[in-house]
Amino acid sequence: MTSALLDAKGVTLQYKTPRHLVTATYRVDFSVHQGDRYVILGPSGCGKSTLLKAVGGFMPPAEGSIRIREREITSPGPDRMMVFQEFEQLMPWKTAYQNVIFPMKVTRKFASNEAAERAEAAIAKVGLTEFRDIYPHMLSGGMKMRVAIARAMALEPDILLMDEPFAALDALTRRTMQQELLSLWDQLRFTVLFVTHSIEEAIIIGSRILLLSPHPGRVRAELDAGGLDHTSIGTPEFGTLSQRIHALLFDNGQGARA
Amino acid sequence: MNPQQTPPQRPELEVKLADTAVIGDVERPLTLYERVAGNDAVQRLTILVALIVVWEIYARWLNNSLLFPTFSETVRTFGKDIANGVLIDRTFTSLRTLAIGYAFGLAFAAVFTTMAVASGTGTRILSTLTAMFNPLPAIALLPLALIWFGLGTPSLVFVIIHSVLWAVALNTLSGFRSVPETLRMSGRNVGLTGARYVGLILIPAAFPSILAGLKIGWAFAWRTLVAAELVFGVSARSGGIGWYIFEARNDLDTATVFSGLLTVILIGLVVESVIFRAIETRTVNLWGMQR
Repeated sequence: MTSALLDAKGVTLQYKTPRHLVTATYRVDFSVHQGDRYVILGPSGCGKSTLLKAVGGFMPPAEGSIRIREREITSPGPDRMMVFQEFEQLMPWKTAYQNVIFPMKVTRKFASNEAAERAEAAIAKVGLTEFRDIYPHMLSGGMKMRVAIARAMALEPDILLMDEPFAALDALTRRTMQQELLSLWDQLRFTVLFVTHSIEEAIIIGSRILLLSPHPGRVRAELDAGGLDHTSIGTPEFGTLSQRIHALLFDNGQGARA
Repeated sequence: MNPQQTPPQRPELEVKLADTAVIGDVERPLTLYERVAGNDAVQRLTILVALIVVWEIYARWLNNSLLFPTFSETVRTFGKDIANGVLIDRTFTSLRTLAIGYAFGLAFAAVFTTMAVASGTGTRILSTLTAMFNPLPAIALLPLALIWFGLGTPSLVFVIIHSVLWAVALNTLSGFRSVPETLRMSGRNVGLTGARYVGLILIPAAFPSILAGLKIGWAFAWRTLVAAELVFGVSARSGGIGWYIFEARNDLDTATVFSGLLTVILIGLVVESVIFRAIETRTVNLWGMQR
């Protein structure tokens, strides 16, 4: 067995609010392999976004460890590019193109002419060539999200971290974006760690799904979901998996094994 | 109302799209009139002209050039003093002092805010100092400045720094604080830390507040300078615009006082509506951070 790209072992995450110490996740284990579309699924308050932030290096675990390529994660870094749910992740003072090229310039991972080529290519891939010199405030939500994805992918990170990236989009745009993400994955075979609270989105996007229980987040199950996408909605397999996930998430961990 | 009531059955309908030819092009360029009327500069100019007309009419009706000279008389005096170089000389002296004070004020503000961003203690130091000194009128410090630095430019620079520093530091700090968390995280995500993080993420993201601070600081500095020159310009060897006004008042030459005030106003207008306006259209307006 090849070793995992990302390995989380016994991760307990805690953060302080002014009055409480909140335990967001409790001893979570999971590992993501090269080329996975790994989805973390759970109801709100299960600490899934916090978990993603910890992988991003924004918050150290209170217990356990997260390793990428066998190196402990201690701080944010461009090997783990994040795509956030909010639209304000783009820099309003830079055009779409400048936003995409910015991380490549800052990290000096690519020579400047190569960075320019990569930025153009990434923008073309998400279908925004016409809008490359437009500032973010003139773009729609879906377009901003595509710029954010292009920005993250152009840098070729080891893993792409997506925190409910389509949650703030309308249903039609969301479906298009899901399809686009999948077709991009078909071309490029990147590794993505994707957080969502939607069972349907998890099944469509994920090749592997980690189910977290609510408050604090603990691992409930890890399921295979490869081979199911939009075209499978309405098929018996899709329905079965969806019901199974539903049962796992809402039976409070007592019995009802599928 | 009857809760059992169901809405009536209505026929479905499909309609052929209405012909839009009657409104002409869906997108058409604005006419010249529409563009001129909507132009900011034109509107401002109209307001200015209206004010001048009111001034001229009132002054003529009053007919007392010792109390309230007409616009035309003020402009004549203004033109005369521009031509003989007095006003230009005075203005230049003022602007030079102002530039020195403003630049030092901004530099100190940069130091303080960097300190405040770097640590919690720095933030507390800055907010305490700002709370203490921001309400203190710069002119109230002038007697002290005169004792410390003597008569002349250093005293003026000192009070200008005082009036610029706190306003700019306060605005910049509140701008830094209001940078969205997501934007901060996406900056740190690519590995930015320290000065690069401040320069590449925080400063542009807080630019609307910083610009507002710069504007307020500029206005405070200009006001403080003119006021300070009025107070002790008498003994300065080469006076500024405040001294020019003071001299004219001593001679009961109200038209010259007015032309001095007009100069102050004109410089304020130019800086605000030319320099700051240009910065705004190239930055915060272009980026959609401010409407």
